[in-house]
Amino acid sequence: MANKLNNATLSRYDLQVISDWIEPDSRVMDLGCGNGRLLQHLQQTKNATGYGLELNPEMIAQCIDNGVNVIQTNLDKGLSYFDSNSFDYVILSLTLQAMRNPKTLLEEMLRVGQQGIVTFPNFAYWRNRLQVALSGKMPVSDELPYKWYDTPNIHLCTIRDFAKLCDQLGFTIDDSVAVHSTGQRHPGLRLMPNLFGEIALCRFSKK
Amino acid sequence: MPDQQTPPAAERSLGIVQPEVAHFDQALDLESGDQLKEYQLIYETYGELNDAGTNAVLICHALSSNHHAAGYHSESEKSRGWWSLMIGPGRPIDTDKFFVVCCNNLGGCGGSSGPTTTNPDTGRPYGPDFPIVTVSDWVEAQVRLSDRLNINSWAAIVGGSLGGMQVLEWSIQHPDRLQHAVIIASAAKLTAQNIGFNDVARQAIRTDPDFHVGNYYQHETQPERGLRIARMLGHITYLSDDMMARKFGRNLRQKERLDFQYNPEFEVESYLRYQGEQFVHNFDANTYLLMTKALDYFDPAARFDGSLATALTTAQADFMVISFSSDWRFAPERSREIVRALHTNNLNVSYAEIESPHGHDSFLLEIPDYFKVMHAYMDRVANGCAG
Repeated sequence: MANKLNNATLSRYDLQVISDWIEPDSRVMDLGCGNGRLLQHLQQTKNATGYGLELNPEMIAQCIDNGVNVIQTNLDKGLSYFDSNSFDYVILSLTLQAMRNPKTLLEEMLRVGQQGIVTFPNFAYWRNRLQVALSGKMPVSDELPYKWYDTPNIHLCTIRDFAKLCDQLGFTIDDSVAVHSTGQRHPGLRLMPNLFGEIALCRFSKK
Repeated sequence: MPDQQTPPAAERSLGIVQPEVAHFDQALDLESGDQLKEYQLIYETYGELNDAGTNAVLICHALSSNHHAAGYHSESEKSRGWWSLMIGPGRPIDTDKFFVVCCNNLGGCGGSSGPTTTNPDTGRPYGPDFPIVTVSDWVEAQVRLSDRLNINSWAAIVGGSLGGMQVLEWSIQHPDRLQHAVIIASAAKLTAQNIGFNDVARQAIRTDPDFHVGNYYQHETQPERGLRIARMLGHITYLSDDMMARKFGRNLRQKERLDFQYNPEFEVESYLRYQGEQFVHNFDANTYLLMTKALDYFDPAARFDGSLATALTTAQADFMVISFSSDWRFAPERSREIVRALHTNNLNVSYAEIESPHGHDSFLLEIPDYFKVMHAYMDRVANGCAG
């Protein structure tokens, strides 16, 4: 099943946040790169080089069209084909929640790269909480459009959950931003990101 | 392919194409230590070389094909080039944009110097005296053809299977002479299983009583039985188990029940025999032996303690690597090894693993995902040579 959540749905604002975190001339790997838009952006604005990994055959030709190196790979099979410390950044955007084993993949990200960048839909976003609380049903939204039984998003988590896992893995979160999917900003995002943030963006590295 | 279709009338075609022959007087030192004092290469070209000479694409052929990659030799449909689906106007390797060259390799039987051509020392066909040639020897011969055609650097070199091995060798040995390397359904070396298949094929030929230690031309015969069996075996390995089940199942041929004899009864038997029969009329047994040896010997990593990544440190080209899910003769795993060695060297590489039930033969077929990738990649190549 094609996941609606991928790089193609990253807003201009998310791209900007990630882009601001990337040093010029970096080696970047983008896991679940979709049509390669993020890497293309980083190539153009940051002179980055690297590879996108993607499973969906529809996306491979689009990445090539976009001038991005793409390697067709099933991320659930891990990154064992990549040498340790061969990238400055390994990015996993809007894909963590669809992984069979997110913990292993996060560890792999920091084996292969110096820093990891993850973006994911925050399950503790207030609208999700409200849907569960009021209807007693799994939330369905524009960001999470699937029914519970056919969703590719099998490992949803909250910002607080993610922070806890990082701590457990010995990672430190160097930077994090919570955003609204429309890119809209308001003070609640900074004050209570786990309540008001719809999408979370985190940059992390080994302690 | 027995079921190739004539293109629709509306589709533009390359039309009738004519091969050309280049003769080389300068001796070629071979990897074996042997030498070819002189030789010729037969080749075809499609499309026009631009003024800057930057739009040339070299096609490297596989075991049983030749220089006739696209277009027709005559009005008869049977003479259509082996990669006409891939090469032509509007095709992924677009002859409106590229000047495409394909030559028959040394040792072949399509018109380049090989066992069937005349040995200048004896005035008779070389037969078994034609030296064993390797992928690297072929590449050296192709380099000289490039010089002859005034092509300093190929926009892309493209090949499937044994052809992909030549592309890989080019990228290692002559990194400054190609911009893009497209390696399809190939491997950086054969596995033991693959060498095993090749040796069974060779033994079938060499133990045929009509083989005469390779001098069968003098006896006005050829080891048809051996070559037929070799081809039948090869053909099985180029298809997938699934596809054979789908295509033939256990269907019987024009009958309802088993007749407890050794005549071909199952459809798969008559199909393979037909394939074998067609092949012996178009191919030479000594060439088959040489080509399988070239396959077996290819292993660029062997010169570097088995490290393909080290072998590729000289490479500069951008790479496109493609494999097919059901190809067990040149499995996706072999392509992934190439990809891994390329990204270890920080080279530009894209890799597509195409879902297909057609086994190794997939690389010759028009599979939508495969052609989308080839169109996209060759467009990138074309943009590079325009700019």
